[in-house]
Amino acid sequence: MYRRYRMPNIWREMDQLQREMSRLMGQPLEKASFSPLSYPAINIWTGDEGMIVSAELPGLKVDDIDLDITADKLVITGERAPDNVDEGARYHRQERSHGKFSRSIQLPFMIDPAKAKAVFKNGILEINLVRAEADKPKKIAVKAG
Amino acid sequence: MTKKEQKDLQVTEQEMIEKEDLERTRERQCFVPKTDIYETEDGIVILTDIPGVDKDSLDITLDKNVLSINAYNSSSENKEYTIAYSEYVPGDYHRKFRLTGEIDFNRIEAVVMDGVLELRLPKADEAKTKKIPIKAG
Repeated sequence: MYRRYRMPNIWREMDQLQREMSRLMGQPLEKASFSPLSYPAINIWTGDEGMIVSAELPGLKVDDIDLDITADKLVITGERAPDNVDEGARYHRQERSHGKFSRSIQLPFMIDPAKAKAVFKNGILEINLVRAEADKPKKIAVKAG
Repeated sequence: MTKKEQKDLQVTEQEMIEKEDLERTRERQCFVPKTDIYETEDGIVILTDIPGVDKDSLDITLDKNVLSINAYNSSSENKEYTIAYSEYVPGDYHRKFRLTGEIDFNRIEAVVMDGVLELRLPKADEAKTKKIPIKAG
């Protein structure tokens, strides 16, 4: 019984140590923890008022991207069209890819879909989501007795 | 190239620049941008993915026959919120290409749009196939 409770703590400590190490080595902590699951790779910032989701989508046009935002879910779908290449072009190198993508993100809290804003600039999509009024953390005033 | 139509987009690891001839003085990480190069009758086209970089933070230099692209990502990390989850790191991009002498260095054009840099390198007139007229003797 003693062991059973002790083991998870060791792992937690190991994980903590690994995070600490990667931070010291200058490696981004996130990179050590997660790897992208599907296209596009995303970053999420959160706060009391809402959250920002950003994605790198180079080569897409605003019209190529579809956003479906509900109170607790965000779905980004789109398609990167192949480049208009002149007839008879010979590729020396081809590292960029095209195709369809769809990514659905479960949001950590309820948002107000009507207040969502999205900006697409220089190939970076940034979605600003506002936390639903009812879902916001409430401050409880403490009265002197 | 044939399978590109139906393939879904995948996330690929961004290659980091391990060692450079010069050390960087910027804190950001530097990546090797994904690049397509193709040749047409008129010249060579280089397409490079540099998301987050605008026209003003892009340096393209041609030194002798080495074309280098330096792109500085200006997207700020200091948002009003704190990072909760991260799959990519906004970084700078750097890549060098050695050009052959067949390029007309004075007519190179560069356009950046939606995170993609397009460089058009026209072939020098001498490099285009010439027809040699044959005179009857």
